[in-house]
Amino acid sequence: MSDTAIAPKIIKKFLYVNRKAPYGTIYALEALEAVLIGAAFDQDVSLAFLDDGVFQLTKGQNARAIGMKTVSPAFGALGDFGVTRLYVEAESLAERGLTRDDLMIITHDFENGTTGEVPSIIVVDRARMSNVMAEHDIVLTF
Amino acid sequence: MTTMRPPDAAQCYDLNGAAIEHDEEGYLVDVAAWTPELALQIATTECLVMDDERWDVVRALRSYYEIYQVAPPIRVLVKVLAKTLGPAKGNSDYLYRLFPEGPAKQACKIAGLPKPTGCV
Repeated sequence: MSDTAIAPKIIKKFLYVNRKAPYGTIYALEALEAVLIGAAFDQDVSLAFLDDGVFQLTKGQNARAIGMKTVSPAFGALGDFGVTRLYVEAESLAERGLTRDDLMIITHDFENGTTGEVPSIIVVDRARMSNVMAEHDIVLTF
Repeated sequence: MTTMRPPDAAQCYDLNGAAIEHDEEGYLVDVAAWTPELALQIATTECLVMDDERWDVVRALRSYYEIYQVAPPIRVLVKVLAKTLGPAKGNSDYLYRLFPEGPAKQACKIAGLPKPTGCV
């Protein structure tokens, strides 16, 4: 820890893009692991959800019957890791008959002292999503 | 998860005759297998005595994991404890005094959690 403090800290903007349903493959859990590692190393981490990836954020998930870990509870911890932006593509929601109300409520604390919570989920349209991708240094797709 | 392989004696804690499997670093394989008695035993292998202060941290970790299914690394642990137990305890100097070899690593191990993500 202390050794790395000598070198100037390079912080990059990482975007982890989730495109797959939460269950049936290991992608969602692996992506989450990568996200938490990126955040633990003090990088500027954001997430994007498109295509079937939007299902990762839906309410009421329980994977017990298929013997997998339920993915969704960990999203609630992202704020503690300093991950405060979860971009969700509006078209992907609409194409699957989902609305914002079908998604979990995920929040993070206000920066700097003031108490209160801010929603982390930001629904954006496709055009804005491509801008979001362009704004990041590193885009990793799962 | 259940494994087909029979637990290897070298990879288990012995809790009153019951074999509780752990990984090569001593973290429990099954979070649900944890009991306070087991915590005492793991603490002993870490050369730590469980006093009230250490129990507070271990309990806070267990309840955090129960909600989020995530084992927090040190920076996150500090933030979470500051919120739940107050700033005097959500403080890395304080936590290093309790768990000298790394608060997140040692306290997670004693709490029966996996090794914190991003902890190398």
